[in-house]
Amino acid sequence: MNGNILKKLREPELIRRLCDRLSKLDVPEKVKIMEVCGTHTMAIHRMGLPPLLPPHIRLLSGPGCPVCVTPGSYLDTAFEMAGEYGITLVTFGDMMRVPGSKDTLSLLRSRGYAVEVVYSPMAALELALENPGRDFVFLAVGFETTAPAVAATVIAARRKNAGNFSILCSHKLVIPALEVLVDDPEAAVDGFMLPGHVSAVLGSEPYRFIPDKYSRACVITGFEPYDIVHGIFMLLAQIESGEFSVEIQYSRGVRPQGNERARECMFEVFTPVDTVWRGFGTIPGSGLAVADDFAGFDAGVRYPVKTEPFPEPEGCRCGEVLRGIIEPPDCPLFEAVCAPGNPVGPCMVSSEGTCAAFYRYSRSFDTR
Amino acid sequence: MKITELVPPDMAVVEADGISMEISLALVEDVSVGDYVIVHTGFALEALDIGEAEKTLEMLRDISKSDE
Repeated sequence: MNGNILKKLREPELIRRLCDRLSKLDVPEKVKIMEVCGTHTMAIHRMGLPPLLPPHIRLLSGPGCPVCVTPGSYLDTAFEMAGEYGITLVTFGDMMRVPGSKDTLSLLRSRGYAVEVVYSPMAALELALENPGRDFVFLAVGFETTAPAVAATVIAARRKNAGNFSILCSHKLVIPALEVLVDDPEAAVDGFMLPGHVSAVLGSEPYRFIPDKYSRACVITGFEPYDIVHGIFMLLAQIESGEFSVEIQYSRGVRPQGNERARECMFEVFTPVDTVWRGFGTIPGSGLAVADDFAGFDAGVRYPVKTEPFPEPEGCRCGEVLRGIIEPPDCPLFEAVCAPGNPVGPCMVSSEGTCAAFYRYSRSFDTR
Repeated sequence: MKITELVPPDMAVVEADGISMEISLALVEDVSVGDYVIVHTGFALEALDIGEAEKTLEMLRDISKSDE
């Protein structure tokens, strides 16, 4: 019975009518909306939304792809560990082709290094439990949607005495990045489409500074096409009225108080630290590191290596794409050199990268 | 995804669009067979509130109908 509502929401006729209404909206002044979630980036382009938008609305992508904002040196560190200590690297799929300074995980695997792809951090722990003779390092990348799951896995690892399991932690927090974005005059936006699943964890409270201090619109939005169109309607309504708040469009999945258990789990295993975001430099308090209590599961502590500074590929403008300052076609490498078959920077490699989304779905349109 | 089976102590089998998988319930409380949950990297992140889904459907039907 319950599934019927979700089916009805997905009816093609409904989204058709919604898109039709959206495309006919009269938007009197230019409006810039930024989404900060790789899943939104992909969903927006995959549904073919940009050419449907009425004139004056621009949708920008921000640093919402955790793979894209992970510094290249992280991969180099993982490669050094594999080389020096003979550990097995376990990773989410979309890290496999991200270029380090010389290699990718995919190339490493083809040369005989032990690299495993998993969908869940629990699967990485299971590999370790099933293979006690080998050491496993899980590449823990992702925002607050993923960090609680990795934390729960580390807690389970301790409970099961998985001494051959650890994580190389590069988790990042969305709010400190939003604080930088909303303060940046170059990326000036009128409203933010906020990430649905991160917000299922965080709730709506932590975003309050955006409308309260900076007078920008905020709508926590889901990922179905109808959610995204609904979110845009709600953002436009706030902008038109001049009354800003953090609204929850994705109310079926997000409670204002968020998921306290997931947050507790996350902060039992991790502590906030200053960390580097590709394209932004260091953002204070924006990363997670393994807490002292769990140091035995911190690969950085167990397998120290020396990593050289990472040289950004020449001509790569991923940093500016991530800050919403340029769009992929503005990068001279886009299409001509950098494409999914031969990615130069992470925005093209990641399954949720802005350039990958543009290349796959929006190249034939001039969306500007 | 819909919970079709609970697997104590803290796992469940979920199903959507013909796909079935086992996930962890470590991050959620009080879910039962028949509930819908948001699933991410093999973990349930939150239970879906079907009452809210109904409200969303109402709102969307209004938006898609109104004439200006």
